[in-house]
Amino acid sequence: MVDSTVVIYGQTLAYTFYCIVLILLMAWFAYKVTRGDKGTFVKPAIFYTFVAFLTVLGVSLHIITFNTIPWAEMDLNRSNYNPDKTFVITMQDHKFTLPSSKMIIDLNDKVLFDVKSNDLTYGFGLFRNDNTMMFQMQVVPGHRNDILWQFKKPGVYTIRSTEYSGPKGVFMIEKDVVEVVDHSGIIK
Amino acid sequence: MSFIKTLISGEEGLFNGDTLTSMQKMTLRFVVVGLIFYGFVVIEGMLMRIFEVTPVPFISQPQFFAIMTAHPLVGIFGSTYSIVFGAFLFLVPFLMKKPLWSIKMAKWNLVFVAVGTLTFWTAGFISHYAPLYTLYWPLPADFNQFSVWGGTFFIIGIALVMVGSTLFIINIFKTITYTPEGWEKQPAGALLGSALGIGGFKNLFRKNKIEHLVSLPVAAIARGTVDMAFNTGIILFTGVLILIYMVASILGFDLKTTAIDALLYKNWFWWGLDLIADGLVLIFVAGTWYLLATLITGKKLFMQNIARAALLVELVVSWTVWSHHLLSDQAQPGILKVLSGEMVTAFELITQGLAFFITLATLWSARPLKMTNPLKFLLGGLLGFALAVPAGIMQADVGLNRILHNTQWVIGPHVHVAILVGLTMTLYSAIYFLFPILTNGAKMHSQKLVDIHFWCHLIGGIGMGAFMGMAGLNGMLRRSLYVNGEFNTYMILAAISGTLLLIGFLVFFYNIVMGVGIKGVIDIFLPAKVKGKNLLPE
Repeated sequence: MVDSTVVIYGQTLAYTFYCIVLILLMAWFAYKVTRGDKGTFVKPAIFYTFVAFLTVLGVSLHIITFNTIPWAEMDLNRSNYNPDKTFVITMQDHKFTLPSSKMIIDLNDKVLFDVKSNDLTYGFGLFRNDNTMMFQMQVVPGHRNDILWQFKKPGVYTIRSTEYSGPKGVFMIEKDVVEVVDHSGIIK
Repeated sequence: MSFIKTLISGEEGLFNGDTLTSMQKMTLRFVVVGLIFYGFVVIEGMLMRIFEVTPVPFISQPQFFAIMTAHPLVGIFGSTYSIVFGAFLFLVPFLMKKPLWSIKMAKWNLVFVAVGTLTFWTAGFISHYAPLYTLYWPLPADFNQFSVWGGTFFIIGIALVMVGSTLFIINIFKTITYTPEGWEKQPAGALLGSALGIGGFKNLFRKNKIEHLVSLPVAAIARGTVDMAFNTGIILFTGVLILIYMVASILGFDLKTTAIDALLYKNWFWWGLDLIADGLVLIFVAGTWYLLATLITGKKLFMQNIARAALLVELVVSWTVWSHHLLSDQAQPGILKVLSGEMVTAFELITQGLAFFITLATLWSARPLKMTNPLKFLLGGLLGFALAVPAGIMQADVGLNRILHNTQWVIGPHVHVAILVGLTMTLYSAIYFLFPILTNGAKMHSQKLVDIHFWCHLIGGIGMGAFMGMAGLNGMLRRSLYVNGEFNTYMILAAISGTLLLIGFLVFFYNIVMGVGIKGVIDIFLPAKVKGKNLLPE
């Protein structure tokens, strides 16, 4: 599975490019609209082409991401997958209760994080050492909150609550508790 | 004129409060109150930004989150609602060429919104009640963390704003449909049908098309007001629900929070809240763009029948998109995530894109235009939404939401750019347009200051959104604190952008005050000397 940093990188490039083009376009429009001899009517054909373009863009965005972002399909159909490992985690009183002090994962394993809240709505996210996010989900009391993830890169990860649960929620951090190791057991 | 004389009497002494009608005064009061609350929001934003960079001794962590709770609500209700209410309560009668149904009700409307906003702001400030505006169940009723009395007053404040909103809704629909004294009987049903789009929808199946009875901007205001009515009902109901838990706690009873399903509550709450963000804001803004484009150009709106139909589509879409807020909730049914969260939400790209194109095409048809203040702020507003809507569409995707939800991306390039650049610049455009009309010919103190306001606001708003977005893409969460300064570079850059916004606002406020003078500002709040329900002096 492609690492989520690759997806973020792609998104950053695409959106930055869009913003630059749009700002230049608006600057051009602002300049041109104050010049010229007389106004011209925009042809309806241009308008309908624009509408068609927006429609194709709106729909195709999700089709493209569904087929290119690897976790999208796995997430929606996670009940059809057999996880290699399952970690059951409980959240209560602004604290995580982990199955063990260190959760060791083999490289390429599909791992299910099954997180339960006994009181408030929390979040559950996995973060790299440079603070970038690997993934997150909401943890709602009274419901099953599970996420299936395939780890393609070795490393050490931190768990953090990603949903506001009152001022105490800021400190819901379990540093370096997830470790992904390659088959020989050596951390790269 | 000397500085002191201008400060007291306004630019060239042109403003004379004695000449204002009740309607003009009422509208100006809404705008002044809205701008004061906007000042609250800008200062709060700067305080939070400073605290995010380095904790300061005069703000505690609970206070920080209390500010964060009040901040969006003061911005939406205290500022935006006030300005929008004032503008639309003036524009609907202005466009329909009939008096407002009730000026008295409009005055009470302002009182409820202003007092309600001050109440919940003060309650949060004193008690540090901070469940944040999302109020995820059972957080608002978690009295281990929050004072029950603070929460009670907070909810009462919100309820007062909702009562004010109800008065606005009644006044708008009554103004559209009522028959003024001495007038020929108005077709109330047909007017309402035209405003809501029923007439236009029936036209699709008629051979002989019936003419629209209300203008396009009035239709936009009416349709946005429908969303406001639903939203008001949901927030009032939710407030009463939370209040029951609070009053029970005060009386010594501990009600079972698990009686309410947390996910069902979340769906309910987001359905209602989204009627603002993805409903009335987009509809009101599109309607305002259309109105401003036609007023600036003096031309008919490009593709106006399609624009009218798109407003109806937007209304229906706004009822069915809430699930994009629950894409990271694993218990939320997949079908709702894909249909409501992704596909229907993508319609907003189309409807908002249409409004963007139609407005630009209308302006283009009247070339060459003078770059007036309303025009430049209108272009800024259009740019803001064109930047913010695609950012929202990206996060409303099952795949991308997994790495964007609750990060600064959501609140930066999407929310802050939409509100600060898109919405606020559109409102500024309307204010600059209406200023001479509402003040009977008063002038802005300085055109240079208007230009400074424009550039500070535009660069500050986009800059803030951009740096928050970069922080979000690098993993920074919203509604959180990083005590080790992990994202300080981005936050300092966002703070510099915020400073530009603050400078822009102060310059604008100074320019307005110098335009009408302190005497004029006071005059606005005194009873009108021109009696009657006329919009403008005869």
